[in-house]
Amino acid sequence: MILDRIWRSRPEARLLPAEGLHGPTVAVMAMMSFVMIVVAAAGLALANAAGVVVSATQSRYVIELPATSASDLPRAVAAARAVPGVRNVVAVPQSEMRKTLERWLGDSANSPDLPIPSMATVELAPGARSATVASAVQATVPAARISAESAELKPLLGSLRALQWLALALVLLMTIATAAAIVLAARGALDTHRPTVEIMHGIGATDRQVTRLFERKIAIDAIAGALAATVAASIVLLLIGAGASAAAADLAWWSPFAARDFLLLALIPIAAVIIAVAVAHATLLRALRASL
Amino acid sequence: MRQGAPDAGRVQLSAIVQFESVGLRYGTGAEVLRDLDFTLSRGSFYFLTGASGAGKTSLLKLLYLSQRPTRGRIRLFDQDLSDAARDSLPHLRRRIGVVFQDFRLIRHLSAYDNVALPLRIAGRDEEEINSAVREMLDWVGLGDRSGARPATLSGGEQQRVAIARAVITQPDLLVADEPTGNVDAEMAKRLLHLFGALNGLGTTVVVATHDLGLIASNPAAAIMRLDSGALVDPTGLLRNPPQVDRREARP
Repeated sequence: MILDRIWRSRPEARLLPAEGLHGPTVAVMAMMSFVMIVVAAAGLALANAAGVVVSATQSRYVIELPATSASDLPRAVAAARAVPGVRNVVAVPQSEMRKTLERWLGDSANSPDLPIPSMATVELAPGARSATVASAVQATVPAARISAESAELKPLLGSLRALQWLALALVLLMTIATAAAIVLAARGALDTHRPTVEIMHGIGATDRQVTRLFERKIAIDAIAGALAATVAASIVLLLIGAGASAAAADLAWWSPFAARDFLLLALIPIAAVIIAVAVAHATLLRALRASL
Repeated sequence: MRQGAPDAGRVQLSAIVQFESVGLRYGTGAEVLRDLDFTLSRGSFYFLTGASGAGKTSLLKLLYLSQRPTRGRIRLFDQDLSDAARDSLPHLRRRIGVVFQDFRLIRHLSAYDNVALPLRIAGRDEEEINSAVREMLDWVGLGDRSGARPATLSGGEQQRVAIARAVITQPDLLVADEPTGNVDAEMAKRLLHLFGALNGLGTTVVVATHDLGLIASNPAAAIMRLDSGALVDPTGLLRNPPQVDRREARP
């Protein structure tokens, strides 16, 4: 490997045998970084989905009339349109209502005996108040009720937010697990090379000189693992993304990731390497200070 | 080096090592070294003798800073080690060359890299290292085996690599534990000549040995004999360090 050659090229690097790249640190780093990237990607996709739902519903309201007042829908729509700040009012056709109900009721949804409420969707301009619309509509049709679309989606949004927090917690847990694995790897490397370390100390090497050797080795292992994880995670995310796009072709306007998200995901393996090196540095110095 | 009584024309050689009431025990065991009081003078040559188990290796460990005493005070290079910060020890160790009884070569490094190690640790540049290491390996008769790893060298060859590593920095203090134990008489003579040459350049040499022939070959050297952890001073040079003419005294 190229990294192996770079590692071997420096004379002092020969102090430690170069089998590190085939050791467990690479595999541990690769697995941990892979899971971190995929979980973080899932969290970001959920956050983006929640954002899309919120922005799509936050200015939208529904006027609902009971079946007994269904004939008053045109008057209610006209009253709503007359209110300043109302961008658009669209009456939902009865046929569409029945079509929707068909999913649950089957052919019975088309029965004339079935009472079907009447509905219209209202879109407000920013700053417009829904209470003003409600007053105007209810002054014309007292039976009308106005509700926010976002209120209907509140439980769904709550679940999405909980999943985002779960993803963040998982990334943090994986970070801690990575740090713990690096602590064990650093201690293991130190134990394996204890005779070399003792000789170097005896000849006058400082703790920093000894630490640098192991640090460089762990950094190369960590970089190799993080690179492998990045490649694997990219492939997995591309495949999932392609599948999702095909399944939701009508949602072409929605992308699970923004440019900022790709930057964040790219930072994860870099952060993992930095954390690995910092943890190794602290662990090695601490272990070396226990000796004379 | 065996000097007479002090007189006005002479000065005491400066001390490089001073032991005051030093004792050493491992864990909760009995003291392996006790009440050591002596001074090693800069530029002197010492043989350390004693039966097996008398504490020679333990005393050497104190000298090359691999062990701290459990009591007493050690001064090395004018620095009191009892209150020396741990971070200051590497710089003191770089002034000490050590030939370990078990060689302690790094097994995955070549003879060349083992000998180059102290220079690399000291931060010398590779060009300087290359010429110094080649010269030293030639001197110990291993110029053609510079690429060999310790496992492929004989015991005597490994010992010569260990000696080359110990002396390559021309240390202020050279500590050798049975340095001629694995070499033939001719090589032993050459190594002793090397130690003598280093000593002539101002290095204080301490050689732990059972080899009476080696001791006899350098009659000017002081003898430190350990007996059950206590120091016997047959030459009297330890309690009364040697003195030389002012002209000879090194700064």
